[in-house]
Amino acid sequence: MTALQERPEQADRHDRGLSETDTERQSYLRAGHSLGSWFFTRDHKRIAILYLFAITAFFMIGGAAAALMRLDLLTSAGDLLTNEGYNRAFTIHGVIMVWFFLIPSIPNTFGNFLVPLMIGARDLAFPRLNLLSWYIFVLAGGFTLFVLIAGGVDTGWTFYTPLSSMFSHGNVVLAAVAVFIAGFSSILTGLNFIVTVHKLRCPGMTWDRLPLFVWAIYATSLILVLATPVLSITLVLIAAERLFGLGIFDPKLGGDPLLYQHLFWFYSHPAVYIMVLPALGVVSELVAAAARKPVFGYKFVAGSSIAIAVIGFFVWGHHMFVAGQSMYASAVFSFLSLAVAVPSGIKVYNWAATLYKGHISLDPPFLYGMTFIGLFVVGGLTGLMLAMLAVDVHVHDTYFVVAHFHYIMVGGTVSAFFGALHYWWPKIVGRTYPLVWGRLAAIFIFLGFNLTFFPQFLLGYLGMPRRYHVYAPEFQMLHVLSSAGASLLGLAYLMPLVYLTWSMRYGAPAGDNPWDATGLEWTTPSPPPKHNFDEIPVVDRPPYDYEIEMEGEDG
Amino acid sequence: MQKTVSFVFVWFALVLLLAATVTASFMLKGPAGLAVSLGIAFGKSGLIYWHYMHLNEEEGLQRIAALGAGAWLLILFAFVCADYLTR
Repeated sequence: MTALQERPEQADRHDRGLSETDTERQSYLRAGHSLGSWFFTRDHKRIAILYLFAITAFFMIGGAAAALMRLDLLTSAGDLLTNEGYNRAFTIHGVIMVWFFLIPSIPNTFGNFLVPLMIGARDLAFPRLNLLSWYIFVLAGGFTLFVLIAGGVDTGWTFYTPLSSMFSHGNVVLAAVAVFIAGFSSILTGLNFIVTVHKLRCPGMTWDRLPLFVWAIYATSLILVLATPVLSITLVLIAAERLFGLGIFDPKLGGDPLLYQHLFWFYSHPAVYIMVLPALGVVSELVAAAARKPVFGYKFVAGSSIAIAVIGFFVWGHHMFVAGQSMYASAVFSFLSLAVAVPSGIKVYNWAATLYKGHISLDPPFLYGMTFIGLFVVGGLTGLMLAMLAVDVHVHDTYFVVAHFHYIMVGGTVSAFFGALHYWWPKIVGRTYPLVWGRLAAIFIFLGFNLTFFPQFLLGYLGMPRRYHVYAPEFQMLHVLSSAGASLLGLAYLMPLVYLTWSMRYGAPAGDNPWDATGLEWTTPSPPPKHNFDEIPVVDRPPYDYEIEMEGEDG
Repeated sequence: MQKTVSFVFVWFALVLLLAATVTASFMLKGPAGLAVSLGIAFGKSGLIYWHYMHLNEEEGLQRIAALGAGAWLLILFAFVCADYLTR
């Protein structure tokens, strides 16, 4: 009965209940304004904000590297950067965007903020571990910035051997150490989410009532915990070969360079799903909230997240079709890669069915959701083309591949990240932003993105190889289009930074549930109190329990 | 107290197995050396699983879940071998 006595008197704002101070009970943002109250916090919501700052900084650094590349590619001669400089620019762009933006983006910010709120818990299972994972992330980020200052690394984000182990003059070992450290942050976060979802669900929050975002984060966490150690060990093996001459990947010493690709992609292909699964979860939430209908085929959408996580482990060989892998293995990997499209397709069809006859409002979160769906479908279908052995041989290592994965990673994940930001921003800061600016930014992002990356499909199909900055003059037109699109995209990405920051001070108070959505996170005040819920909620209804409006009922 | 003693015993067993690995690497060459090294590594990881990861105190479901990591390692080995053996 202790828990009952700790509940505050609802009418009395000075009754602290579980909180240590009055202000903590009012909002997590008011619970201390000192630096210490942020840097030593164990509150999942504050740690989410710390992550948000860190990954925004890395997004800008990675974006600056991309801007340099696009500027250099305006002319076919490679006037801006040296050959070496160009290699270093795309390597740092890849390393930062993959490990310091995309992988932590949605799980570590919105996952951290929302998972406890969505399942009716007061925090993650291991709050200290959560803070530790942020510090490890920042340490790894510091190493990466040091690599950047020390001159960079030129191997590409994939660190392929034998270039990385024998020939590269860059800071390969340091960069590998940075990624190795970042891996521990991923593992700790994944572990924390798994235990939280298993152990801290509130009464009535059964597995078939979990929000689809939580299902997606759970599936992502499984991959984080199972795949990341393989990457860590692989990077240690590279360092061991470079520093001590151990024969792992060097054929002269009895090693095999292809073994590196097997080990690297055993992690890195599932890592693609680490990046996109949380985005799929976000979009399920955005679609349900926009359509104001229960998600069509809830169990299939939830199960498809787990299916993607599992099947995603069996497809890595499609990155090695032209590397000298056995033809039979390639055929098997090609077939399995096509299979992973099935659960992805289930999601897209079910979103469409959810939207069918929905009461759709064109608010910014939904526009970002639609951006995601459109771009993810193009990225996914071109992924099917690349999974086919014969087609892949033609377009391997061309801009076609670059365009494909940017449609998934940027068009998909980054759009979903912005969708999540616009959907849950009123919950996070307690204030609303100007919707019209949100809509404009979403439209500019969609247009800028397509202008940047669609020409790259054409470039790739015509034979423009990736990772070259000196190219045949007939490709220049498409490169100029792409660079123009990148400028628009860059500006569009900066827009939310301005109006969301503005809204923190000048936005109208949001109220508990500004979108009139279902879900436990909308039952607490905006911003939530430090302990999330004054009373642990009890769930007695299915998820997305929107009242279905019949024809003629609404004006 | 008994738990601490058993941890110390396991630690000694691990050190002995490490010594066995080093000895085997000097005495055995080729596939035999590899087989013995892998066998010892298997034994060592088993001890760590069973005692240090407390699986001896857990119920059936947790033990099966802990084998998940092994199952995933099997996926890696199986598909890498599928490539190497059919090249």
